[in-house]
Amino acid sequence: MPMSLIKTKKLTFEYIRRDEEGNVEAINRAVDEVDLEVKAGEFIAILGHNGSGKSTLAKHINAILYPTEGSIWVDGMDSMDEDKLWKIRQTAGMVFQNPDNQIIGQVIEEDVGFGPENIGVPTEEIWQRVEESLKTVGMWEYRKHSPNKLSGGQKQRVSIAGVIAMHPKCIVLDEPTAMLDPSGRYEVIRAARALNDVEKMTVILITHYMEEVVNADRVIVMDKGKVVLQGTPREVFSQVEKLRELRLDVPYVTLLAYELKQKGMNIPDGILTIDELVEAIKRAKSVRRD
Amino acid sequence: MSIIFNHVCHSYDADTQLKIDALKDVSFKIEDGEFVGLLGHTGSGKSTLVQHMNGLMKATSGEVFFDGKDIADKEYSLKELRSNVGLVFQYPEHQLFEATVFEDVCFGPKNQGLEKKEIELRAFYALKQVGLEEEYFYQSPFELSGGQKRRVAIAGVLAMKPRVLILDEPTAGLDPKGRDEILNLIKKLHDEEKITIILVSHSMDDVANYVDRIMVMNKGQLIFDDVPREVFRHVEELEGMGLAVPQVTYVMHALKNAGMDVNCDITTIPEAVDEIMSCL
Repeated sequence: MPMSLIKTKKLTFEYIRRDEEGNVEAINRAVDEVDLEVKAGEFIAILGHNGSGKSTLAKHINAILYPTEGSIWVDGMDSMDEDKLWKIRQTAGMVFQNPDNQIIGQVIEEDVGFGPENIGVPTEEIWQRVEESLKTVGMWEYRKHSPNKLSGGQKQRVSIAGVIAMHPKCIVLDEPTAMLDPSGRYEVIRAARALNDVEKMTVILITHYMEEVVNADRVIVMDKGKVVLQGTPREVFSQVEKLRELRLDVPYVTLLAYELKQKGMNIPDGILTIDELVEAIKRAKSVRRD
Repeated sequence: MSIIFNHVCHSYDADTQLKIDALKDVSFKIEDGEFVGLLGHTGSGKSTLVQHMNGLMKATSGEVFFDGKDIADKEYSLKELRSNVGLVFQYPEHQLFEATVFEDVCFGPKNQGLEKKEIELRAFYALKQVGLEEEYFYQSPFELSGGQKRRVAIAGVLAMKPRVLILDEPTAGLDPKGRDEILNLIKKLHDEEKITIILVSHSMDDVANYVDRIMVMNKGQLIFDDVPREVFRHVEELEGMGLAVPQVTYVMHALKNAGMDVNCDITTIPEAVDEIMSCL
């Protein structure tokens, strides 16, 4: 049994708004007593609408935020332990939403080398890591290019390369595809999948696009700071009513299967792919014929 | 109140080595009250196209007519054109700047030179149109949620009382709830206020569910211009342009390939349910 890479216990975070005199005006509990475990090598997707607490939770994983109450351990290190701060940030890397805010280098290979250089990796190894990382995300042939001529999807892949060049055990992607067009989204999700499948890296993907979630090992749904649903994609997407109540989407294929079932067709819950749906419809049809 | 493009071309950096033809001989007519979806891969020319509609960009050759008048005419008032054709850019909330929501929405009509009372009436009405609760009117726009900010930005354009509203990817970056709110708002503006809508989008499913007509741009050319079911027949061509068809349409094609006798001209879930049930 692999050890859990990330573990939280009653993790709670409150945003406190103060007026000009410093008196507390409002307290907003963004994460509310969350217990969570992520094992090494898992691909986890976190869903939830804006303000559900998913980004706040994610920012605890690489110690951008610290718990107001409760605890989080990253690879066994408590994020409240100041001595472990840099180690935690090397263990868990993070990619954010906006492709234009995360690239600082003038040339792509320099940008990717920036992280390892900062943690004192020897020059020779930096170049090795840059090569590996750029090849992993399929951007090696662009290494001499300027980042500002890239598409959004390419920029996000460079951001991912910049993170994996630090050799983290875990990568947190916070809505990496929200600002991309469909082909950019596909590129980024494919890169994330490759990290998990090939490099065995733990991936935590926060997204609004349900189609990006169907291949995850586990889906976690958040609402009002709490984990309200979790399970395999099939288990989670079987609960169409509940997801609608939370004002979340269900993949279109799942929704079509659900509507057909409502009309009396004999179709199993939690259909995730077109092939599954076609099979189910064929089966329902032949049963009816018999 | 029609918009007519007559053989419109636009080149960036014309007369230089870097010349890029962003629009190549584009012709079409959009009538009053239409709800049009404009699709195209990044770089296909769709943003360039919409910026010609309110005179932000000038055609290198060809003409754009609004209401029967050539907008490139010297006497033509571009100010009036821009009041009539409202353009909501991508991430319009980045353009919010005033101290309160209400003042921000007043900015457009104020620049139109209207009287104070009229300005305030319009701002009030526009904020009602987008469904923002009154408690937020005098708050800073920066304290609102992403979806709310975007509605305020749209209100800022509506306060100019445009008859045509162009929205460039109005749902980008929003969660499903925010997306549905914005799309339903746009539909309401079309159905109730009779505003002509041009919706630039990447989402085939959103477009299939809302619009009456789809225009597809690729490499500066207008490739398809038809009702959704006709446009979405061209699965392979659309995929070749980096686009797709709605998920539901893919399901129907897969059923057909699996030997079922179904109609593939289906773009929404209710249509698909009816079609599949009728085949059993």
